[in-house]
Amino acid sequence: MSKNAIEVKNLTKKYDGFLLDNISFDIPEGSIVGFIGENGAGKSTTIKAILGLVPADQGEITVLEQKIAGETADKKSNEKWREQISVVFDECNFSNELKIRNINSFMKNIYRTWNENVFMEYTQKFSLPVDKKVKDFSKGMKMKLSIAVALSHDSRLLILDEATSGLDPVVRNEILDIFREYVVDEHRTIFLSSHITSDIEKIADYILLIHQGKILLMESKDTLIYEYGMVKCSKEQAESIPEKIVIGREDTEFGSSVLVKDKESLKDSGFFDRQTGEGIKPVIDRVDIEEILLYIVKHR
Amino acid sequence: MNIIISNSSDKPIYEQITDQIKNMVMSGQLKEGMPLPSMRTLAKDLRISVITTKRAYEELERDGFIATMVGKGSFVKAADTRLVREEKLKRIEGLLAEAVNVANGSGIERAEVMEMLDLVYGNGE
Repeated sequence: MSKNAIEVKNLTKKYDGFLLDNISFDIPEGSIVGFIGENGAGKSTTIKAILGLVPADQGEITVLEQKIAGETADKKSNEKWREQISVVFDECNFSNELKIRNINSFMKNIYRTWNENVFMEYTQKFSLPVDKKVKDFSKGMKMKLSIAVALSHDSRLLILDEATSGLDPVVRNEILDIFREYVVDEHRTIFLSSHITSDIEKIADYILLIHQGKILLMESKDTLIYEYGMVKCSKEQAESIPEKIVIGREDTEFGSSVLVKDKESLKDSGFFDRQTGEGIKPVIDRVDIEEILLYIVKHR
Repeated sequence: MNIIISNSSDKPIYEQITDQIKNMVMSGQLKEGMPLPSMRTLAKDLRISVITTKRAYEELERDGFIATMVGKGSFVKAADTRLVREEKLKRIEGLLAEAVNVANGSGIERAEVMEMLDLVYGNGE
């Protein structure tokens, strides 16, 4: 897993009232990377820049070994390379008057590697109606249709922007299973943004967190879940936690919650054996991705 | 082959996997030379991250339970029972140390603890 499917280096993009501020990150090949952040944090802008849909003001972007932004960028459109990238946005872009059959013949002309059988299998698996027009599809059906199309040609990189957000839990979990299936081939990579952190937690290998146009975190999910922890203790005890492991902190009248990384170091330091003042013994809880997001964004 | 993962366990998932596979090798359920599922298939079926299965397999390899060959996958190696025994001894030592700690902290005599140990073994009489 030494290769990267996506490399972003010092990417800057300025809009009126918004700045994507010199961000850098790598998406390793064969992994699923979850991209989280609040609305307006810069997720969609970053994804659009990766797809070449918005030009970068500064910085370099390399996608599947092809440099698409930067000094030596390859501006020529390369069909074979294009075809290896599948994208699903949160809205469905198929013409309302089409039926499944029409979409199939349409795609056959667009993608040289279009696989009709695979597409039909997905439409069955997703129970998509063959006799209805797209305009009569529900929101969930439209999203499943977009995903079916994305997976029915030879691709190595699947990029999804809030694609599962409008779907019910049953469908979302079906789709997560399909994503897991996709990356059984180690040359395939998924980069998905979502604000449903529980989905990301279920499926991602790495978490990338963006806040106000800056990347604040890129870490493996296992590290976050096993090495990060929430210390619940008195305010005085919270003060004694080494600053270098504190990520966020929230104080209330009844005590403090402190998000720490490397919680083992705290266990070894004897922090939990020292009892102060009122004799409160600190405890350490496991954290989920949502709490980590919340503490990094709000309680830094 | 059954592998059961608990999300509420304090034990990290990779450790749950290594423990269960080690037990299977020890009990002879997995025999020398038998292929193990690929890391990616295992990750998909258990609905866990590839990083987790990779770590589990790396530890199993390090501890001499499996061998991984590039392009061929992972296979069970002859179980080195000495290693497992050592591991279990270490665990017993840890648990006993904890018992002794509790005893010391509450003034319970060594003799009483020994008696209890005998009792647990079932030959206290």
